[in-house]
Amino acid sequence: MATTSSMFMYSLTVQPPTAITQAILGQFAGTKEQQIVTASGSRLTLHRPDPSQGKIVTALSHDVFGIIRAIAAFRLAGSNKDYIIITSDSGRITIVEFVPAQNKFNRLHLETFGKSGVRRVIPGQYLAVDPKGRACLISSVEKNKLVYVLNRNAQAELTISSPLEAHKPQTLVFALVALDVGYANPVFAALEVDYGDSDQDPTGQAYEEIEKSLVYYELDLGLNHVVRKWTDTVDRTATILFQVPGGTDGPSGVLVCGEDNITYRHSNQEAFRVAIPRRRGATEDPQRKRTIVAGVMHKLKGAAGAFFFLLQSEDGDLFKVTIEMVEDDDGQPTGEVKRLKIKYFDTVPIATSLCILKSGFLFVASEFGNHQFYQFEKLGDDDEEIEFISDNFPVDPKEPYTPVYFHPRPAENLSLVESIDSMNPLMDCKVANLTEEDAPQIYSICGTGARSTFRTLKHGLDVSEIVESELPGVPSAVWTTKLTRNDTFDAYIILSFSNGTLVLSIGETVEEVTDTGFLSTASTLAVQQLGEDGLIQVHPKGIRHIRADRRVNEWSAPQHRSIVAATTNERQVAVALSSGEIVYFEMDSDGSLAEYDEKREMSGTVTCLSLGEVPEGRVRSQFLAVGCDDSTVRILSLDPDSTLENKSVQALTSPPSSLSIMAMADSSSGGSTLYLHIGLYSGVYLRTVLDEVTGELSDTRTRFLGPKPAKLFRVSVQGQTAVLALSSRPWLGYSDPVTKGFMLTPLNYPGLEWGWNFSSEQCTEGMVGIQGQNLRIFSIEKLTDNLLQESIPLTYTPRHFVKHPEHPYFYTIESDNNILSPATKTKLLEDPAVVNGDATVLPAEEFGYPRGRGHWASCISVLDPVTEKCVLQKIDLEDNEAAVSIATVSFASQDDEVFLVIGTGKDMVVSPRTSTAGFIHVYRFHENGKEIEFIHKTKVEEPPMALLGFQGRLLAGVGKDLRIYDLGMRQLLRKAQAEVVPNLIVGLQTQGSRIVVSDVQQSIFMIVYKFQENKLIPFVDDTVARWTSCTTMVDYETVAGGDKFGNLWLLRCPPKASEEADEEGAGQHLVHERSYLQGAPHRLNLMAHFFPQDIPMAIQKTNLVAGGRDCLLWAGLQGTLGILIPFVGREDVDFFQTLEQHLRSEDAPLAGRDHLIYRSYYVPVKGIIDGDLCERYTLLPTDKKQMIAGELDRSVREIERKISDIRTRSAY
Amino acid sequence: MADKLRAQQQLEALQARYVGTGHADTTRFEWTSNIQRDSYASYVGHPPLLSYMAIGMGECREKVRAQMVEMIQPVGKPPEVRD
Repeated sequence: MATTSSMFMYSLTVQPPTAITQAILGQFAGTKEQQIVTASGSRLTLHRPDPSQGKIVTALSHDVFGIIRAIAAFRLAGSNKDYIIITSDSGRITIVEFVPAQNKFNRLHLETFGKSGVRRVIPGQYLAVDPKGRACLISSVEKNKLVYVLNRNAQAELTISSPLEAHKPQTLVFALVALDVGYANPVFAALEVDYGDSDQDPTGQAYEEIEKSLVYYELDLGLNHVVRKWTDTVDRTATILFQVPGGTDGPSGVLVCGEDNITYRHSNQEAFRVAIPRRRGATEDPQRKRTIVAGVMHKLKGAAGAFFFLLQSEDGDLFKVTIEMVEDDDGQPTGEVKRLKIKYFDTVPIATSLCILKSGFLFVASEFGNHQFYQFEKLGDDDEEIEFISDNFPVDPKEPYTPVYFHPRPAENLSLVESIDSMNPLMDCKVANLTEEDAPQIYSICGTGARSTFRTLKHGLDVSEIVESELPGVPSAVWTTKLTRNDTFDAYIILSFSNGTLVLSIGETVEEVTDTGFLSTASTLAVQQLGEDGLIQVHPKGIRHIRADRRVNEWSAPQHRSIVAATTNERQVAVALSSGEIVYFEMDSDGSLAEYDEKREMSGTVTCLSLGEVPEGRVRSQFLAVGCDDSTVRILSLDPDSTLENKSVQALTSPPSSLSIMAMADSSSGGSTLYLHIGLYSGVYLRTVLDEVTGELSDTRTRFLGPKPAKLFRVSVQGQTAVLALSSRPWLGYSDPVTKGFMLTPLNYPGLEWGWNFSSEQCTEGMVGIQGQNLRIFSIEKLTDNLLQESIPLTYTPRHFVKHPEHPYFYTIESDNNILSPATKTKLLEDPAVVNGDATVLPAEEFGYPRGRGHWASCISVLDPVTEKCVLQKIDLEDNEAAVSIATVSFASQDDEVFLVIGTGKDMVVSPRTSTAGFIHVYRFHENGKEIEFIHKTKVEEPPMALLGFQGRLLAGVGKDLRIYDLGMRQLLRKAQAEVVPNLIVGLQTQGSRIVVSDVQQSIFMIVYKFQENKLIPFVDDTVARWTSCTTMVDYETVAGGDKFGNLWLLRCPPKASEEADEEGAGQHLVHERSYLQGAPHRLNLMAHFFPQDIPMAIQKTNLVAGGRDCLLWAGLQGTLGILIPFVGREDVDFFQTLEQHLRSEDAPLAGRDHLIYRSYYVPVKGIIDGDLCERYTLLPTDKKQMIAGELDRSVREIERKISDIRTRSAY
Repeated sequence: MADKLRAQQQLEALQARYVGTGHADTTRFEWTSNIQRDSYASYVGHPPLLSYMAIGMGECREKVRAQMVEMIQPVGKPPEVRD
């Protein structure tokens, strides 16, 4: 790696990819419970379905730093735990197990078999495991197949053999499954095509005669070799195979699915074939054939031979396929197949994987859009759907038959229980602060077809509100308390007003109670349940100790002094007087409060106090934290030998407003650590480690919460102690359930003035808070997701969007290929000949739009994401036009009025790229942008793929041409034009008179516009072909961008070229400058390069947190959100570089990919440090942490602080 | 001479092992077919790339995948052999 780069960035993932490449089911924990393991991008994630709540909980997510190609679960005979086989781009096969005790994946085997990378002949594309777990076969797209024998040794450990080859050159593999053969030799079935002859035959006859064959590969366990056991021709269009249960469960064999047919095949059975039912409807083409794209086989418990398939067609329709077997005289099924049956089941989104859980759930890993979790209501056994049987269809695919039809209907068998948010595919993304909050929000357009959405992402935790009620006055504080130590739930809510106290009892209803012993005529400073059954009320004039028998002991503050701050726990009370003295009480053995003889005088006025909880098995908390207005926090000892002696002191930047000592889970020590949380008047929150023995304060971490003084409260969320920090908005500090790292996340809730823990029968773990005159009770259900999503449904696949320059509205262009436009649809529905009395229109969100080759459906939507949260206006495009680009342009010739400009293409064909014409539509904004009105459109040769406002005119990329248009009365007027790129302009950026043009294939070009000469002159280009997908100008010379292969890069124009281009009157000089190697006169320099794996679709320079530094946010197609944070100093770079190096060797990627090579997938990584790898440091075992810390000459805490600081300074 | 023979053998072994390894007489047809097939295999093997293309084509991923694996004559018919 070139360490000489002058620019360094730190790459972090804010949200991991949400697309699922594959999902598998198994008992990975070794218990009866089934888990789902998914591969998404480079992440392996374990999900725990919770059948009682109908939810899916993410238990573990592990970044393997490699491209996961396929995963499979297997179990050795006699074992009860499933292992996972992973094939990745590492050229190695990996077997991992899930260790539930440590909640991590443990690698058992890593066997190298070939080159790294995703290549045509390197196995890994397909993976199949023998159902009895005795062998696995991995195959490449062409030629190579390797069989590994899996076994166990004397110690019952898993062993893996060296690979056995089953190569066949010039053979393409379409699908691969393992056959269920019981305990006979393992057999794998592959769908193959041999193209050897067609490559030699110039007449094309061999090509015409190519056949697809189903091939059985048998692993002879005795002889330890693999043979091609059986092969037979199948339907030429077949693309996918499914395993049919064998042994005692069924007839064995496979289902071969091709266009419009499903065929049962096995070496010793007849073939049986059924057609795939087609949808019947007015807008459906009766000739369109369906193919199966996904499916799952499920064996029912108990009965032998009871199994079924759910196969999904490309419309999303699930079909239930069953196999009927010949019965013997006793009515028992024999191994002989009688017929194949198929019927419509339900419709779900198109899946990449389907998993049927034993508990009666179906997990649909959608290829695009949200993943769905369904519950089976029934199995479609006795419904009215027509069942089609194989007796009516010829086995030979070439023979004619009558197609079969069904009517899609709303789901009957499945009911949706959870929809898991997925931003895949993310088409475009922008960061903006439309709600005037502290931090900006992320706006994105996601999804395809009718399931498309516009999503708003906000950093925060979701809060569910339980009660909101108005109070008679404005309370200053609220507490809850139970009555005795052994109570589980709180009994009272105590509200403190400026001149009184109100006590409410919690029960069926919440009502005021007066006979509680609490003093109601003064405000309250603290409330506590003390000892066995006492209650404490601290008010400015004294302390009331209310005993169980309503006896009240009162301690009064000395004359002319009042209590200004108080803190309590179940055995101790400490109060601070207005004179700066601290009075300390402890509970006696008889349950009464005893004052400690001496008072401790502090140097300044005490602003806040805190006592920790009494640790289990102790009689007191050892420390008292005291905050004074001289901006210090002191820790006083409460040991009987050294009561109220100073232990340590910490200076702060502002007086503390709130303190809280609490023990929390800690990732660096592995257990629980005592922390002192400090809130300052300036709105800053600090967290320091409090040494349990010496009382020393160390490892301070700072975070700015908001402009209001920070108040801290101890609360309990999801069984863990958390800190509720209130400033201008509420925050929660907790340890992440998966990584155990400390997180501080804002709550999606209005700003509170006070908060307290709340526990009642209805709501066991809630919080109560005061907001103005309102009392609010709420709870937090989920700590795993700290990005909140809100979505607005869109009509078609969104392509791009823009924001109104002043008002909070977005404009999206949406288009879908091979979908009927609304006009065509209406025409069909109105035609009585076609409709035939059958005009039910099903919701497109579930059933999709009617399809038609060559048709486009496209629209423009006006969105209000802030107040109304819906689409305000929708304009459908007609004449088979589809929108491809969008921009807001202010035209100087129209007094700088802003217009919406949209580029469209007519009759577009995606590949090879053709169209009959392109248009540029102009729309005028009305009502501050709530409405748009069409003005005119201008015909251009090709669809304009990029539009941009430029110096009061419109800049358009039409094919290879860059043009400048002005707005005329009837159409746009061309003012300047130049051919600037070799292929196709797909993106435009500008600053001043510099234009950055991205080419679809040839990276970016910088163009200067010379106003005097009216010329567009390219002056610098790139040396590497980058299939640019998005760009942004980081500064005047630097461009950050991404390409379609999943790279991120930063390019910079050489300073000399940049200066020359901007020289006054240099136009002629630039035009005649000699080109360098058939390109522009100068070349861009590569500043940074990184492979994040996902395809960047949008990149933007922005800041994400209040008071945070600028960073580059990029959004990937699979739903990844990542940031690049620039390093300021060389020192940090060196530190992180060394840390990265150590982690590469100490925490080598799970799937065996070399981390450095992975990040250098296409181009060597340059100037970017992988933050995701650095963050894995916190997950290492303590000894490894210590070792690395030793090498780096720092302490473990220091390293962890640096890692967390760099993230929190710019992101979440 | 032995060296030359050995080099030849090594090359042949390489060609057998790694499909697409060229030789002195590689034709344009072989070369372009190989590139096309490698490209298609790469599109199928990289999940985001396959999604990208599926969205562009307005098809579902599995159909696009099947289309891509069908790389039998990616650049058309082989040329007539002239002796």
